[in-house]
Order: sequence, then structure tokens, then C-alpha cells
Amino acid sequence: MTELRVGLAQLSPVLGDVDKNLRLHQEMIEQAQVQQLHLLCFPELSLTGYVLRDLVPDVSIRVVDGQPILVELLEASKNLDLAFGFVEEDARHRYYISSAYCSEGRLLHIHRKVYLPTYGMFEEGRYFAGGDRFRAFDTPFGRLGMLICEDFWHMSAPYALWLDGADLLLLMSASPGRGLSPEVALGSSRSVEIINQTYATFLTTFVLHSNRVGFEDGLNFWGGSTIFGPDGKLIAQAPYFEQTLLTATLDLHALRRVRQQLPLLRDERPGLLSRELDRLSMLDEECS
Amino acid sequence: MDIAAQLVLNADVTGQVLVGFLKRELGRFGFTKAVLNLSGGLDSALSCFLIAEALGGENVLTLLLPYRTSAQESTDHALEVVKLTGVNHKVIDITPMVDPYLNQNPDMDGVRRGNVMARMRMILLYDHSVLWNGLAIGTSNKTELLLGYGTIFGDMACAINPLGDLYKTQVRQMARAVGVPESIVQKAPSADLWAGQTDEGELGFTYVEVDKLLYLLVDERYSRDDAIRAGFDARFVDTVLRRIRNSQFKRMLPVIAKVSRRDVGHDFLYPRDWGT
Repeated sequence: MTELRVGLAQLSPVLGDVDKNLRLHQEMIEQAQVQQLHLLCFPELSLTGYVLRDLVPDVSIRVVDGQPILVELLEASKNLDLAFGFVEEDARHRYYISSAYCSEGRLLHIHRKVYLPTYGMFEEGRYFAGGDRFRAFDTPFGRLGMLICEDFWHMSAPYALWLDGADLLLLMSASPGRGLSPEVALGSSRSVEIINQTYATFLTTFVLHSNRVGFEDGLNFWGGSTIFGPDGKLIAQAPYFEQTLLTATLDLHALRRVRQQLPLLRDERPGLLSRELDRLSMLDEECS
Repeated sequence: MDIAAQLVLNADVTGQVLVGFLKRELGRFGFTKAVLNLSGGLDSALSCFLIAEALGGENVLTLLLPYRTSAQESTDHALEVVKLTGVNHKVIDITPMVDPYLNQNPDMDGVRRGNVMARMRMILLYDHSVLWNGLAIGTSNKTELLLGYGTIFGDMACAINPLGDLYKTQVRQMARAVGVPESIVQKAPSADLWAGQTDEGELGFTYVEVDKLLYLLVDERYSRDDAIRAGFDARFVDTVLRRIRNSQFKRMLPVIAKVSRRDVGHDFLYPRDWGT
């Protein structure tokens, strides 16, 4: 397949109501099917909403066979690939901000958010456990990597996925809007757009950012989901603050063309970086 | 840093957030109507324009609540806002409700008298909230909230507040952008508790100056010494810092003495918008 029809579901989940949110997902999936999309990506915590606090255990999902919500979404993934966000509870009752990727009725990958912002307005570390890995995974359309919000404020995260073979990054977030200025974009929107465009340019990779909209406890979520191509150019952008399904057709051959012009991946020296990191960690140990 | 430039906002995107917030916050609890007190001043005028845009003027009830010493100009300005926004309104003179209590306490100073009036207006606001089946919309701005320049359980009382993260100078920008008349935008802000009272006269500094300082202290996390190095007078910085510290209680729910393993104040932590 050389043309990938993708959709970013810029929706506003109901806070703490998984059943209602499942229906919102199904409505978006129906729209996506009408438009014959191959892949539909939802935002961070799309099945639960964001400002959960003590609701976390109530809305969590165990990833086990027959889990009713997962059964529904796995069934839907027989028609198109789906990436969605949820609260995952593990067998020992730790909770994670997770994103699942489903294809052809199978769960291909789960990413557990590694970096949990716990500062300023954020308190994720109080309620959630952090993930411990960045792994790319194979899909019918090529190798993908998923990151959740704060993960991609750490440049090592997309870098690790890139080295692991990801040619398409799915970034899922519930990003609160803040920072007034004379510009149309809020400060937070502007920062994320710059970051995503920079990753697309540096990693010569498709970067899809699915951000939610709506309001929770006075926070606004700004939407503005984007798709950048491996040349760093903007392919599509959803409006700020509005619920929408953003769609685009990605020409996967662009990866080949861009990497001929700019062979950054070929010239990357992960072994060198690894040695430097080892040296730095040795220095750390000596200092402490 | 040109601090004043940092306070310049894009009125379109700000309006989009604030109007969206009002719509969603009311709608999620099943409310289609709202009520607010209109003083004739800048803050309540802007709140009125925003809530009228969010819900349609026909779904908004405004209360004009003069006391016998209130300036006629205040009522005139409030009526102008009513006309421009198409909201419903009621004029209720609070003098017959306030004076019996004031008359029993002839030694009351201005602060106590002002608090009684502010709280009487709150009683009317919340009574009409039930009568009108609409939520009470707040009008306190960020400058007032940080300085504690308001009456707790009086003019600070509301269900939702669209202006609480806008400094006074930003309220002025927004007000101009949405069409609040210049006569309201330009007049000296006042609680209108007695003739000639102005906020800036009472506070001892101007909103333009204090907003710049608050922006550095709060938004940019400047320390006291950073702010002085940035050119602010040390006494001014100390006055403002003291005001912020001394009014912290006004910005919080009453503190609860913890004795159980889980209490409402400390670790029963559910979002307000739970299930919506």
C-alpha cells in the first residue's frame, strides 16, 4: 500500500463515562468508514476524559480477553485500524495512561505513557504509574510508534521510536490550552506545533498529532490536530476548539524521496550516542 | 521585557475559549439559562456580553441592584449593556433590605457597609438563580482575585466565572473587542459604595501598574527581588505580595480539619465536571 487514508478524531470525551465515550468512538468510526479511511486515531484518554483524579479506578480497563469495551473496538478494527486512549489497570492494580493500536480484529500494541507531568496544573504522577518503554510495532501500513502528550516533550522518545523503525508517529494528547498573546494560536498550541514540525523534519517521518477538544474543570483543550509529512511540511490541520474528523491521504513513497534528499536516518550514529550515554551515566555515578 | 506587551491578547481566540467555556459548563449540568448582577462597571459588562453570546440574551437575566448612594450613572450604564446584549433585566433597590441592618449598627465603617451590600446582592443573585433556573455567572477578574479586592461570599460568589484568569487591563481589551461602550471602558473602576470611591484610589496604585507586576510575580514566577530588579519599587512589590498572601483564604474553600482517612477537603478528589 502506498496511499494511506488517515483520520484524526478530534472529539470531546465525556468525563468519566466510558460507555458514552464508546458510543462517541463508534460514531467517529462510522464516519471514518464512510470516508474509507484505513486508520483512525483518537486522542489521549479518549475513552475516559482527562481530569479524572479519584475516578481513575472507576474508569479503568483490564486488557483481558472478552473485556466488553475492547471487544467492541477490536470488532470495529476489522474494518479499519484504530488507535485510542484509555486507563489501563494491570494485574497488580497499577493504573496507566495507555493507548492501544488495533488492526484486523487484533490488539497489536499498547503504549503506556512514560512521562507523567506532575507540576503546575498537572497531577498525573499522583494517580498513575508510568510506562517503561518506547517500542515501535508493525502494522499493515508499515512500522509505527505511539506517544502520549508529555512523552513527546522529551525528544528522546520519538528518537527512540525512530531508531526502532517507526516511519509514522502517532502522537495522542489532551493538551490544555493556555498562554494568551496577540496571535491566533494559544502559546501551548504554538509550542506543540513547532515541536511536531521539528520532529517531522529531523526524523524525516510522518507525524500525526491527535488532540482533543472540549472543557473540563475550567481547562480548555485546543484541538488543532495536525499531520506533518517527512519533509516537515504541514499536510493537514484541524480547526482549534472544534469537534471534527480530520482526514488526509498520506503518500508513503514520500519517505523514500525525502530520505534521498536528506539521509539523516542513514547517517545517524546510535552506537556513538549509546557510548556517550554510557559515559554520562558513569559520570553520574561517580558524582553521586 | 516589554511587560505591557505580554498582556496584549487576541480577543477572537480569548472570546472563543470563554464563550465555549460558558456554553459547555452550563450545558453539561443541564442549564440553558444564567443570571448575573450588572453593576454598570466594566467586569460585569464583559461577563454579560460573553454570557449573552453563549446562551442568547433571552436566556440571561441580569439584576441591577442599586443602593441609595449608588451613582445614577451606574444604573444608566447597566441599562445600556442590557439594551446592547438583549438580556432580560430587573431593577431592585436594595436600600430597604440593607438599611434596617445598617441602622442597627450606626458605627459601621465603609468596609462593613460595603460587605453588607455586596452580600445582599449575592442573596438576590442566588435567589434569582433558583427562580430563573439559571446559574450565577461571576464577574471577578484575576487582578481582584489575586489582590483579594472583593467580598468573600459577596461579589466573589458565583457558580462559574469567565473572567477569573484575565487581568483588569485584559478585561478592558476584551470589553472593547466585544463592543462594551467606551463610556464604560474608560470610566474609573469603582465598587460604587460611596460617592467618589474608586478602586485605584482605595488600592493606592493603578491597574496598569499592578497588572504588570502581577504578571511577573504570578505568570512569570518572578521572585520579590527579580521584580525589584525589573524596575518595580520595593514598597510597591511588598504591598502587593502582602495583599496576595493575606487574601489566600478568599481563593479557597474553607479549610477542613482532617480526622478521618478520607475527607472532603484533602483526599476526596473528584473533578467538578464528573460524569459530564
